[in-house]
Amino acid sequence: MTKDELRAVILAEIENIAPEVDASSLDPKADIREALDFDSMDVMNLVIALHKKLRVDISDSDAIKLTTLGGAIDYLLKKLAE
Amino acid sequence: MPSLGADMEAGTLVEWLVKPGDMVKRGDIVAVVETEKGAIDVEIFEAGKVDELLVAIGATVPVGTPLALVGGAKLEEAAKPAPEVSAKPAPAPAAKPELVPTPMPSGVRATPAARRLAKERGIDLSTLKGTGPGGVIESRDVPAGKPGERRGLDLDEMRKAIAAAMARSKREIPHYYLQHVVDLSAAEAWLNKFNGERDPPQRILMAALFVKASSLANRKYAEFNGFYEGAFKPSHAIHAGVAIAIRGGGLVSPAIHDTDTLSLSDLMTKMRDLVARARVGRLRSSELSDATFTVSSLGERGVDQLYGIIYPPQVAIIGFGAPSRRPSAVGDKIEVRNSVTITLSGDHRVSDGHRGALLLREIAELLQHPEAL
Repeated sequence: MTKDELRAVILAEIENIAPEVDASSLDPKADIREALDFDSMDVMNLVIALHKKLRVDISDSDAIKLTTLGGAIDYLLKKLAE
Repeated sequence: MPSLGADMEAGTLVEWLVKPGDMVKRGDIVAVVETEKGAIDVEIFEAGKVDELLVAIGATVPVGTPLALVGGAKLEEAAKPAPEVSAKPAPAPAAKPELVPTPMPSGVRATPAARRLAKERGIDLSTLKGTGPGGVIESRDVPAGKPGERRGLDLDEMRKAIAAAMARSKREIPHYYLQHVVDLSAAEAWLNKFNGERDPPQRILMAALFVKASSLANRKYAEFNGFYEGAFKPSHAIHAGVAIAIRGGGLVSPAIHDTDTLSLSDLMTKMRDLVARARVGRLRSSELSDATFTVSSLGERGVDQLYGIIYPPQVAIIGFGAPSRRPSAVGDKIEVRNSVTITLSGDHRVSDGHRGALLLREIAELLQHPEAL
């Protein structure tokens, strides 16, 4: 999976969780919790969705790495390559 | 027409999910009603065969109006014609909310929710003017549509409902407020271990521990669990209303039933489901009417403490601020501990500060033994 494909997957999952937000212009460095008004439940749902979609194991302590788009892409690319 | 809030007077029926001749059982969703809190799935509380639908799609009827006749139920009174507030034409039932983002029409900038709403309502996005950043069309820019259509969340209407309920609360309920700081070290350690051994779908958030501990404490201090309607009526069942913030403004506090007996895993599953449905305006009638007290948790991005306003006719709201690391006296030493400030807004017609303090201390004690929750 390329970086762009992974980005599209993550954005699609974000929009599934919060259909009312526009994630297409999300700054890769921005904290999703601040930029999209995501709470801990939303972050948890995003981790669950990506875990199911990509079939990667995301440990509880690593979940914090998914709170920026760029961090999520870097982390998941590594996990997919394992 | 069920009462779905302290200040609801009427509702509009937008969809029937059953027809005459269908068999129904308790808990089945039989209709959809549009209220200020969004489109609500109406459950039935009698088993039997649907004999007749008494209210037409698009009709607005007062709370208490029978919606249908069900064979086997004691509904003799229901045979009377429904007193319509305003009968409107009955369009075809609207489609259910589409969560999967649809492609963006070229040249039009709109949020996924706005695109979904516009599609549901048959509205051309290019005819709308966006009020979002850079002229992006947001859901609030999409007209509500035709009478009888399922609208989902309408934040303006929700604000009116919140205003009415909170104003009534402050007019009628003599609130008193208490706070208590609770050490979360034990709860945090237990949660880290629990979640560390599980895949994401099985993990639990601290908020679930807060709801469970509050529910168990209400078992012991029953004067915080029930309704004030001329006099206090305690509830034997414990149904926590969970305050859920809606992005862009708005708040609902639907009930999770029997929160004192649910396992933490089941409670977490129900909370996730409830939050997802609340934010797209897909709650059920019993969830809006059954809460016996409310828990409001601001989460990690919240402030240190909150003082809630009681949702009438309930008599208490328990608030949890943001857990944070703070200096704390442990024996004769100062240590940095993860802690949270719990607050209680109580109804002085029903309870007093001393009992409220005991309730908060009970919650604190329960949180020291998370494995027993």
